[in-house]
Amino acid sequence: MTVTETDPVPTGTAVTDPFVLGGRTFTSRLLLGTGGAPSLEALERAVRASGTELVTVALRRVEAASDGAMLAVLDRCGVQLLPNTAGCATAREAVLTARLAREAFGTDWVKLEVIGDEDTLLPDPVELLDAAEQLVDDGFTVLPYTGDDPVVARRLADLGCAAVMPLGAPIGSGLGIRNPHAIALIRELVDVPVILDAGIGTASDAALAMELGCDGVLLATAVTRAREPETMAAAMRHAVEGGRLAARAGRIPRRFSARASTQMQGLPEL
Amino acid sequence: MQVTVNGEAAELAEGATVAGLVAQRSAGHSRVAVALNGGVVPRSSWERTTLSPGDTVEVLAPTAGG
Repeated sequence: MTVTETDPVPTGTAVTDPFVLGGRTFTSRLLLGTGGAPSLEALERAVRASGTELVTVALRRVEAASDGAMLAVLDRCGVQLLPNTAGCATAREAVLTARLAREAFGTDWVKLEVIGDEDTLLPDPVELLDAAEQLVDDGFTVLPYTGDDPVVARRLADLGCAAVMPLGAPIGSGLGIRNPHAIALIRELVDVPVILDAGIGTASDAALAMELGCDGVLLATAVTRAREPETMAAAMRHAVEGGRLAARAGRIPRRFSARASTQMQGLPEL
Repeated sequence: MQVTVNGEAAELAEGATVAGLVAQRSAGHSRVAVALNGGVVPRSSWERTTLSPGDTVEVLAPTAGG
């Protein structure tokens, strides 16, 4: 990979290993949400700078929905669409929304969200498991947004979800990964990809997710509401790549005392 | 006859179809999905699906989301 001053954000260059999700192979391990961007132009620049190949979208009543221009932008960027079930509070609502999204977007992939609390937007595990089971049975590729409870994550994987997507912190909070041990434990407990979803505030949070062993990161607000979305999108791209490479490389053990990296043998007496 | 469309009361002619309602409501949107009384109406069924008094319809379209 060559980085020059005239090309500060190289695109299309694979520096990490391929990411297999739902039977498809992606180059990028960064999934980008489209909500919150100040303009369609800003969204397009962020999508391109992020290098993402999979972006989330939503369904709303026609009066409140953006016009077709957003989809034209995303089509132009060549990204795959991942409809969400944002705002659903019950399994029934989420299943219906997923089926409506399949009609509208022509995809059976769904980011499954079932919210259990209006203030924290934390997921409802009981409704989530119910909805996941119904949608898996209906042939969907289900990517569930879940808490950081390793047992719930394992249940979702056992049901046949294509990945599990635990939160780092509440949606839009930017608090980072509040329980890194739980995220690492989830990675150990399930055989499907683990995608850190929600809570990312800045690039180091995304890098940490990957260093903990996550297979990908999904974020929206951290980019779309940054002062410079395009620049933050590039930062997230590099953070995810860097974190992935670091996880593969294997970090050194932590020590309580110093360990010189320059040999003592041959030290002159001055 | 009176139906509820996207949460608001609407007066439609007898025999109105989902296809007609979508044409009336979805200007500017190509990828629309319709729910009728809590179930999906596939696009292929819009023409032959007639609405009845008291029906609840949701006409949805893509938007940005996280």
